[in-house]
Amino acid sequence: MNHVANIDRRSFVASAAALGGGFALGFEIPFGGSGVARAQDRPPEINAWVVIRPDDSVAIRIARAEMGQGTLTGLAQLVAEELECDWSKVTADHPTPGQNVARKRVWGDFSTTGSRGIRESNEYVRKGGAAARMMLVQAAANAWKVPAAECTAENSVITHKPSGRTTSYGNVAEAAAKLEPPTDVTLKDPKDWKIAGKPLKRLDTPDKLTGKAPYSIDVRLPGMLYAAVKACPVHGGKVKSFDAAKIAGNKGVKHVVQVGESAVGVVADSWWQAKTALEALPIAWDEGENAKVTSASIGEVLKAGLDAEQAFVGNQKGDAKAAIAGAAKKVEAIYGYPYQAHACMEPLNATALYTADKCEVWTGSQNAEAALAATSEASGLPVAKCDVHKFLLGGGFGRRGRTDYVTQAVLIAKQVPGTPVKLLWSREEDMTQDTYHPITQCRLTGAFDANGNLTGLHMRISGQSILATLAPARLQNGRDPATFQGLNPGGTEGVFGYDIPNLLIDHAMRNPHVTPGFWRGVNNNQNAIYLESFVDELAEAAGQDPLEFRRKLMAKYPKHLAVLNAVAEKIGWGQPAPQGVYRGLAQQMAYGSYVAAAAEISVTGGNERDETVARGTKGAAESSVTSGNKIKIHRIVAATDPGHAVNPAQIERQVAGSMVYGLTALFKGGCTVKDGRIEQQNFDSYDIMRIAEMPKVETIIMPSGGFWGGVGEPTICVAAPAVLNAYFAATGQRIRSVPLRDHNISFA
Amino acid sequence: MAELTVNGRTHQVDVDPDTPLLWVLRDTIGLTGTKYGCGIAQCGACTVHVDGTAMRSCSVPLSAVEGRQITTIEGLAQNGVLHKVQQAWLDHDVPQCGYCQCGMIMAVAALLKDKPKPTDADIDSNITNICRCGTYQQVRAAIHAAAASA
Repeated sequence: MNHVANIDRRSFVASAAALGGGFALGFEIPFGGSGVARAQDRPPEINAWVVIRPDDSVAIRIARAEMGQGTLTGLAQLVAEELECDWSKVTADHPTPGQNVARKRVWGDFSTTGSRGIRESNEYVRKGGAAARMMLVQAAANAWKVPAAECTAENSVITHKPSGRTTSYGNVAEAAAKLEPPTDVTLKDPKDWKIAGKPLKRLDTPDKLTGKAPYSIDVRLPGMLYAAVKACPVHGGKVKSFDAAKIAGNKGVKHVVQVGESAVGVVADSWWQAKTALEALPIAWDEGENAKVTSASIGEVLKAGLDAEQAFVGNQKGDAKAAIAGAAKKVEAIYGYPYQAHACMEPLNATALYTADKCEVWTGSQNAEAALAATSEASGLPVAKCDVHKFLLGGGFGRRGRTDYVTQAVLIAKQVPGTPVKLLWSREEDMTQDTYHPITQCRLTGAFDANGNLTGLHMRISGQSILATLAPARLQNGRDPATFQGLNPGGTEGVFGYDIPNLLIDHAMRNPHVTPGFWRGVNNNQNAIYLESFVDELAEAAGQDPLEFRRKLMAKYPKHLAVLNAVAEKIGWGQPAPQGVYRGLAQQMAYGSYVAAAAEISVTGGNERDETVARGTKGAAESSVTSGNKIKIHRIVAATDPGHAVNPAQIERQVAGSMVYGLTALFKGGCTVKDGRIEQQNFDSYDIMRIAEMPKVETIIMPSGGFWGGVGEPTICVAAPAVLNAYFAATGQRIRSVPLRDHNISFA
Repeated sequence: MAELTVNGRTHQVDVDPDTPLLWVLRDTIGLTGTKYGCGIAQCGACTVHVDGTAMRSCSVPLSAVEGRQITTIEGLAQNGVLHKVQQAWLDHDVPQCGYCQCGMIMAVAALLKDKPKPTDADIDSNITNICRCGTYQQVRAAIHAAAASA
């Protein structure tokens, strides 16, 4: 391991792990400056973000990864807005992380997690566009020998107002590229936007309709071989031995190799040959101490955490325990949320070519810089001799922020020097070697005084920390701040939106051996279910309407309240619902955005609401009495206030898609553990919502300005609690654990 | 050596007859628009047309399709003109990550051949492809638009 790689790895790891605030971008101003070396390639690069060809076509450099969330188009809109270019001539260009390193991280952070693509790079990409525009205008002014202040730019055309002369960007690009970049750049007021803020079509759609869109699974290199891999099904286990001779004679099989300590790979002429040979390969595992772990044993460990003395505090105000001890009335409930697999449609893959002095990787990554660091580490070559070629991602959802599959590809390629090897995980490998949405339980206790006022709330989370496994350096004295997404006293990563005089939210960390990971929406997902379901329980206990009960607690959180009010109004809260239709709602702050959802459902199957019984349950009825109920979701109204809406059409699509992600997890998801391994292996046991189950989603985009929130993740978390609260309204049964299939409840 | 007709072109392929069509298309012939998602005919990312019928190519052995007409996403557009389903997808900006969409488009193109004006119920029962990004709302709108454009 060389020194350079070590240094680089540290910064990569910092960027890879940075989920929330507090990570400072450590690079030169992105639109120029003396520290920036210009690439010598033609056509002329005005600056790191903008290339303009003589035919006026514009290539906008995109550092973040496109995995469906639309960041490519949104970022391009922001650059184009300030550049004042002709949008119809814009294409996207993807610099490699190796180029970023060589140019002192001129493109900043490549990491695309935590809904941070636009919210954390909007300012510098806009400045990149604005600086390029100023240089183009200056180049035209120089040619005309007039002051630049007399020139304007619009739609890729520069006009000298006094004389009426015009020229195009393509004509002056060469001269502009030679100018010193400006030091003082002013950005437009978003109210003047003409390209940003508009519902433009995505730039990457046409090739996705014809099979041409480049995903890394499609890479074909001359002489390429294919690899399949199998890692120890018990996470943390190791390879003991394998009998390569058993498959050595199989058609097409070229190599049988160990991959690190924990996996075995087969390299063959085709992937099908590699996969079938691997399945026939006898492998003995050293499964280690976790070979007997089950979901039940994990559940016991977490349950004990609910009563543990020691816990990390996430949010504290007053004395919640005293308020509960002195309560006139106490409400208590225990909730649970399971492991979830990412199940990106494109199974994980990477192609690697290793030689003694170079290692190249072709892959889809949410963090190409981390992939570069992994390439360097696995190959043993310095970063300067490695590079990673970026592709569209066939889904990411947080999984492709990890680099384990890149490491494996390089470790295999290193054993076949000079030959490119495409490593593709089977769906079964993808689903059993995932980094899973962490498992937690939560006990919530609410206290009312004699007048029925809510005086205290204690929320004890017990369970797994993502950072403890994936980024222990980011723990704060052992505490995982990400656990409290949506429950924080302040900051951008989800402020708790209720004003309760005595509040305690704490976390008893319990880390089973199953590898956890960032799973789209991350800890907001279960925190929203826990909190928003329980707030409904409290409203029920107080004999109040769930919306009115919330409103009284939310006066100090007007942005939280605004989105909640918006969905309530649009769903018709307070107005009679159609016969047999029931409503529920939920709100949360996540990734800097304020989100809410309201659902209208009906329930069939013999356990529909019995009005007389249901009202008497006070939310205490347990779900085990349910059987065979089917839920039809008629509508979901979802609202988001992301501060600024860069592309409302794409936000609508993200919100609708996020409902599918959240509701799939609620109805069909949940990974279980037996004999230390994840049981679900494919879509037959880990099903995904289909079009027949898709509710009508009505999206309200209500940007209030002044801040930048994320879009890709936030609304996922409100889908499930809105439906669960509607289910209670419909049946009087409170479901407190996910997935619904455990309760024999399914889509109608 | 087996003979395979894909998008009107005949290919001689030297692979085991039990190799799934998907891998022959992708790795042998090099048509990578047909995607691998699950390998067990659950997700539909690998949907192609065999004699005009939508099939999940991950679960169809090469031996079953010898001598039959196979159409992949690369062969759906004719003479440079997008198929009406592709056009509707473009108009409605359907794809997100896009990985499942080629299979989705192939499934819908086959549906519209059988049922030129599908109802929502027809769509629900016939289009069972998985889209993990959750594009279903746009997919449904685009199917109706494609049907209306005929």
